[in-house]
Amino acid sequence: MTRWLTALFTAIIALAGCSNSEQSWHGKDISGLMPELSFALTGTNGETVTPADSAGDVRLLYFGFTSCPDVCPDTLAKLRQAINRLPESDRDDITVLFVSVDPNRDTPERLASYVNFFGDHITGLTGAEPKLRELSKRYRTTFGYDEPDARGNYNVSHSSAVYAFDRRGRARLLLRSDLSADQLSEDLTQLAKEDAPS
Amino acid sequence: MPGTDYLLPYDFSPLTVLSFLLVLGLYGMALLRLPKNEQPGPGRVVTFVLGVLLCYGVMQTRFDYYSQYMFFVHRGQHLILHHLGPFLIALSNPLPIFRFWYRILRLADKSWLRPVGWLYRLLQQPVIAAVLFVGLIYFWLWPAIHFDAMLSRDLYWLMNWSMLLDGLLFWWLMFDPRSPVNTTALGYGKRMLMLALVALPQMILGASIVFSRGMVYDVYEVCGRAWPMAPETDQLLGGLLTWIPPAMMSILGILILLRRAMHEDGQEKGNAVKQQALAGGNAS
Repeated sequence: MTRWLTALFTAIIALAGCSNSEQSWHGKDISGLMPELSFALTGTNGETVTPADSAGDVRLLYFGFTSCPDVCPDTLAKLRQAINRLPESDRDDITVLFVSVDPNRDTPERLASYVNFFGDHITGLTGAEPKLRELSKRYRTTFGYDEPDARGNYNVSHSSAVYAFDRRGRARLLLRSDLSADQLSEDLTQLAKEDAPS
Repeated sequence: MPGTDYLLPYDFSPLTVLSFLLVLGLYGMALLRLPKNEQPGPGRVVTFVLGVLLCYGVMQTRFDYYSQYMFFVHRGQHLILHHLGPFLIALSNPLPIFRFWYRILRLADKSWLRPVGWLYRLLQQPVIAAVLFVGLIYFWLWPAIHFDAMLSRDLYWLMNWSMLLDGLLFWWLMFDPRSPVNTTALGYGKRMLMLALVALPQMILGASIVFSRGMVYDVYEVCGRAWPMAPETDQLLGGLLTWIPPAMMSILGILILLRRAMHEDGQEKGNAVKQQALAGGNAS
């Protein structure tokens, strides 16, 4: 009941457009709307990866697949640019988590060569479909497969936005695909400043 | 996916399942214990159960999954929660069931329930009920609110439950079986006027979604669709579902009320003729 009241209150505040936070973001502020970062998926070396492996970093969660024609490479390239524009000290504090939702085609090897193309701050992850479903459900997103064509190629629908988590693993921003690398960079700088190890 | 999985909830909510079980249980118990002449007929029971099951179906089966990731399915979900389900429930006239539990639980004696009664009477003021009915649709379809509601699990449940409860209140006010002649129930003219008035803003909203060129509800783009579908098609279908069926249900509601009003008119005239005849008979 209290949870619902809080939710109602959040809704009213959001409608009034008077979020009392002093920060302004280019991405969409999703503080309090989603649960904190949690997953256990397979990395590109076949090892299990959890948020503990990147604890203390600003984490950027993105769902995609390596055969993705445009959205995924665009987004990942933009994230690489945005990270490269950060001060050097901040760059190592950003981890991009690229979760492939197409485990049938994206073997760890294929995923490894794909993510390596997009810089050093990115981790390729995947898992069995039920695990991926569980994670996508947790972040209120989903994915679906089209019918394969004659060559066996198929399209995959997936979230087009990047979920940004702060150093404490709290869901903070939803970065839509229409943001520029500069805007992403500004948001990441601001996020990296919070709780920064001094 | 095996067929039975489609009947299982996507996002299991114990509170929701319990509420529906409670409603069906209370209905069934009252049905068995009511004296024969007060029992609703089979048609009314089926209508009631159908309305309840429809609402349950869109909340706690695989349908809910598609509602979360397809705009037009979401509009279909709200069409059932806010319109069709409560429409059937109210039309089935569960008044004898209410009366039965009212007597058994001696609700009239419970003073702590009095604020609930006040709130109920306040919400059922015609102007407030109509504004609430349309206002909730606009509120949850306000793009910024809609975005948050689809991202937050709590807000999502709040949205669906608020639509269902408001739907029940509104359609019960429309189809209250008590005659306005000898009870405090709302007059038929006012009811029909309300049904016509709430249809207009819904048609405007639906049409504006259908004819908008940009993407009004991009949360489905951001969060991924249940299957790859052109966003414009999804939005178009969703707009149509907001526009046409609710308007049709208003008309259907007006026709039902019109029929009831004409029926009662006929009865009154018949009574008046009888009384006149009796009076004349006495005079001679």
